[in-house]
Amino acid sequence: MNFNGQWVALSTLVRKEIRRFTRIWVQTLLPPVITMSLYFVIFGKLIGSRVGTMDGIPYMQFVVPGLIMMAVLTNTYSNVVSSFFSAKFQRSIEELLVSPTPNVIILLGYCAGGMARGLLVGALVTGVALFFTDIQVYSWVLTVTIIILTSLFFSLAGFINAVFANTFDDISIVPTFILTPLTYLGGVFYSVSLLPDFWRYASQLNPILHMVDAFRYGLLGVGGEHVYIAFSGLALFTAVLFFVGLHLLKTGKRLRA
Amino acid sequence: MTAALSIKNLHKVYDNKFEALKGISLEVQPGDFYAVLGPNGAGKSTTIGIISSLVRKTSGHIKVFEHDIDKNFSAAKQELGIVPQEFNFSQFEKVRDIVLQQAGYYGLPRAKAAERADKYLKRLGLWDKRDTPARMLSGGMKRRLMIARALVHEPRILILDEPTAGVDIELRRSMWDFLKEINAQGTTIILTTHYLEEAESLCRNVAIIDRGEIVQNTSMRELLTRLNQEVFVFDTSTVLAQAPTLNGHKVELKDEHSFEVEVEKGQCLNRLFAQLSEQNVEVVSMRNKANRLEELFVSLVGNQLTGEEGE
Repeated sequence: MNFNGQWVALSTLVRKEIRRFTRIWVQTLLPPVITMSLYFVIFGKLIGSRVGTMDGIPYMQFVVPGLIMMAVLTNTYSNVVSSFFSAKFQRSIEELLVSPTPNVIILLGYCAGGMARGLLVGALVTGVALFFTDIQVYSWVLTVTIIILTSLFFSLAGFINAVFANTFDDISIVPTFILTPLTYLGGVFYSVSLLPDFWRYASQLNPILHMVDAFRYGLLGVGGEHVYIAFSGLALFTAVLFFVGLHLLKTGKRLRA
Repeated sequence: MTAALSIKNLHKVYDNKFEALKGISLEVQPGDFYAVLGPNGAGKSTTIGIISSLVRKTSGHIKVFEHDIDKNFSAAKQELGIVPQEFNFSQFEKVRDIVLQQAGYYGLPRAKAAERADKYLKRLGLWDKRDTPARMLSGGMKRRLMIARALVHEPRILILDEPTAGVDIELRRSMWDFLKEINAQGTTIILTTHYLEEAESLCRNVAIIDRGEIVQNTSMRELLTRLNQEVFVFDTSTVLAQAPTLNGHKVELKDEHSFEVEVEKGQCLNRLFAQLSEQNVEVVSMRNKANRLEELFVSLVGNQLTGEEGE
């Protein structure tokens, strides 16, 4: 398949993925916006007014980057894992597998679809946040790069989860038992500087903490002592997941008999 | 001439150690209408799965026209249209979107894809359902949707795995007409079916596969000429207490008003009727017992099936 053909295949797959999550927007776009609005009202406005400042900035401003990041990563992950697993379950993935579409295009197409949903939800949540506080972006380049890289990382993770999943239960295990705890313990609502030494060091093992930190730094210009380490680590692990995903497609594990 | 499809010594052993294919080889020529027959579990769908890349082969070689699937599967896939046995499209997508997407996966630009999708949806009687979600279609419509989807990139080979399973007679006949038409236009068609009448009516060449091995690979005409025995059913007005005695024929009483007679192909029937008249048996009608090909098929694979039951 030549370059033009690959481009057509990629745009077809991305269009299909976007149409899927916009068709069911009541399930995919509305709930995160409502949930995050409640977080803003309860944690930011009601409790936040009593907390005062966190790491030198108003608490409301402190939680905004973490909540945006939380919305992006959970929606990116759940979009890819549910879409790809549904395609496996209904066997419609065979439409792609029998076609000459290269594996890399299949992987990029599903990831782009997941990223589109994650970033759209992120934009909607940012819009809601602007009702509660002002945001002056400290570094557009860093902010945009880190959010795109994060959404790519979680879309790849969702893809790998979907390849290995055998039942619908298998696609909810990671979000419920790994992603949610790591996100809540990832410095979204508090600064790790408040933690005792042991838990502060233990928190450094949580990748989401570094993503949120780097994003907060890009957005507000606070913290970010290890932003380039976080950036490099994220890029490295994203590359690793990309090649794992590609390898799974190439070998046909759980996809071809 | 380069074969449309060439399979050499194809083996498949599944992870559970089941040996589905034991070194099958066959060639299908361009423009052929080729049947692959066999009982359930014979290896038909595994073969199609390997050709279409949904099943990984253990060993062997496959070429689609000049493209070796081990060297250039992408080019081979461009030549193939696959209609699987099971429905394998998203039940939530609209009919036209499913066909358009498939065109996109083969790299067809949007305008060309739309033109082709509309052409095949109209030809297969799905135009009125183009904006209907696939789950709302009847079984026959779903089968036609899979054919439209397989044809949208206009492959040179169309492979259909049990395309008329569960389809009513009228629709089956119209699908046969459609397949004959695209075959006449040059598309090579390979068909697996359980309906032997379908293979007899459509296909010029046939492979019979059983337990992962090809037991016959010949032309349909050659296969049918091997049948030198025909069975006729006679209906009588006379009440029969026992089967009439007919010299040189095997006769079996079915009920008090009918019996079956085995006749060698081309044998004169006058003597047979003369003997019936002598025994005062009044024949009111006679017919050839269907299905001849079915009998041959059973004779080819039946012994092995019987053997399996006995083990």
